[in-house]
Amino acid sequence: MTLIPIKLMPRLRGGTSLWIGGGLVGLAVFVAIAAPLIARTDPVMDANLMNAEIPPGWEFPFGTDAQGRDIYSRIVYGARISLTVGVGSQILNSLIGVSLGLTAGYWGGWWDDFVTALTNLMLAIPSLIFALAIMAILGPGLSSLLMALGLTAWSYSCRIARAQVLSLKSQGYIQAARILGYGDLRIMFTQVLPNILGPLIVIATLGMGTAILSEAALSFLGLGIRPPFPSWGSMLSEARDQINTVPWLSIFPGVAIFLTVLGLNLLGDGLRDILDPQSTTRRS
Amino acid sequence: MAEPLLALDDLAVHFKVGSALAGGVHTLKAVDGVTLDVKPGECLGLVGESGCGKSTLALAIMGLIPPTRGHIALDGRDLAQRGRLETARTVQMIFQDPYASLNPRQTVRRTLADPLRIHGVTDRAEVEARVVDIMAKVGLRPEHADRYPHEFSGGQRQRIGIARALILKPKLVICDEPVSALDVSIRAQIINLLLELKDELGLAYIMISHDLGVVEHVSDRVAVMYLGRIVEQGGWQEIFENPRHPYTRALIAAIPDPFHRAAVSARAKARGEVPSALDPPPGCHFHPRCPLKADICVSQDPPLEPVAAGHRAACHFRDRIG
Repeated sequence: MTLIPIKLMPRLRGGTSLWIGGGLVGLAVFVAIAAPLIARTDPVMDANLMNAEIPPGWEFPFGTDAQGRDIYSRIVYGARISLTVGVGSQILNSLIGVSLGLTAGYWGGWWDDFVTALTNLMLAIPSLIFALAIMAILGPGLSSLLMALGLTAWSYSCRIARAQVLSLKSQGYIQAARILGYGDLRIMFTQVLPNILGPLIVIATLGMGTAILSEAALSFLGLGIRPPFPSWGSMLSEARDQINTVPWLSIFPGVAIFLTVLGLNLLGDGLRDILDPQSTTRRS
Repeated sequence: MAEPLLALDDLAVHFKVGSALAGGVHTLKAVDGVTLDVKPGECLGLVGESGCGKSTLALAIMGLIPPTRGHIALDGRDLAQRGRLETARTVQMIFQDPYASLNPRQTVRRTLADPLRIHGVTDRAEVEARVVDIMAKVGLRPEHADRYPHEFSGGQRQRIGIARALILKPKLVICDEPVSALDVSIRAQIINLLLELKDELGLAYIMISHDLGVVEHVSDRVAVMYLGRIVEQGGWQEIFENPRHPYTRALIAAIPDPFHRAAVSARAKARGEVPSALDPPPGCHFHPRCPLKADICVSQDPPLEPVAAGHRAACHFRDRIG
């Protein structure tokens, strides 16, 4: 069966998960872009010990931390880091995974064996442990986070790309392109890739959620974004000791992570329903 | 005699299947010693049941599968020495399934124009002119150019497939079951279109089909294939009126024939199923299904020998049939 072009699909398929997910992700993206406009104070510099540990209320909607900084403003700026890590690492993962999977599926032979073995190896190593090792070598910071998360989770898109290529390879139009004299790379980019893009976008969207969670975990462990910069994970890490006495320090970053990751997962699910008519799950 | 456009000399394509660890490696002889030629402007019908190696033979001629043995000469030169682009400009293919053979994400214009650009036609006006010209030749209107494949019916899609095969002005077109996936009402249209284009452009065809009825209408000559080998070949009239191989007789007997035109009776029917190409019977591959089977058929492989001018059959009893 060929992929049905998007135009043929009834409008608004994908249903509620697409809309709720899209809404949550849209909100996160808006907050990240508009951070300087909607934040009330500078997230790092505006410390005021006179305002320390004020509970959520009219003046500070999410409360303040031990240095008297506004949690709301820190969460707003934290969205930038989370989304940068999510999007950036998934672009890297997709580039690596798709180029390996596409060539492995198309060429086959020893290259396919090699890529499959490498993919299995990557899947066998817990990616967070791998990322921890890379962070330990590169040191903390945003660019090392992107490397650590962007180089360790490409096996999913690689597998998907390879499987899709294998199922498309025998299609008449791929053979026709070869017969017409198209080169291998041209076939991969003009004939194969546009027809497997749907599932890859879904995988990348779902991967963003995972990457944001990994960033939070690494920052929580002190290897990601270091204080005083406001990453949701590093905010949780700082709040750990005061979870009983100053609970809003951990609740609000936790809720921000939860909603963003939930949004990305719902969006990925919804996109799958639209872009991948072969999946029969969750069709209403 | 005209120089053949395509000459196959003892062509064989074998595949290794299975694994050394699980059950051992077997050799699948998809095409096993085929000698054929196609002259310019001629239509050769290639007939056989599914799995007899017709499509593998086609892919080998297109240069997509390297031959295990033998030679393919295209337009007087060995295929192995021709470049990919040069081969593409000489031989093209029309596919069976008009739904799977067009890229769903490309407009008709892109499907037709990209090959021209790959082959060095860079002038935009010339590309456009050739696209419009070929679309008119296959019966598509210019406004169809910006539509996607899903906006067309099966017959129209097959016309796009034909246009794509002809855009590079090839001399030989391999038609792999060009109408078997189409509605019966459309088939005659497409067959007639193919015949018109053949005369207009001086094309040679290899018409691959499992249906002798289709081949009968279009072919100058017919080759019958069974389990990787040619069992009979000759002019279509010879083949239909005087078949000398029991398998050909069985195929002709299988054509629906309300007027009893064919000179073959129901006794000619073949028994049973096609054996596995992985483990073909010894001697004549057809003997387990053959009504004329004798001891010699099991022990000796019958060569493809002439029975009349331009008519050859691979059967020990070729002179007694008929």
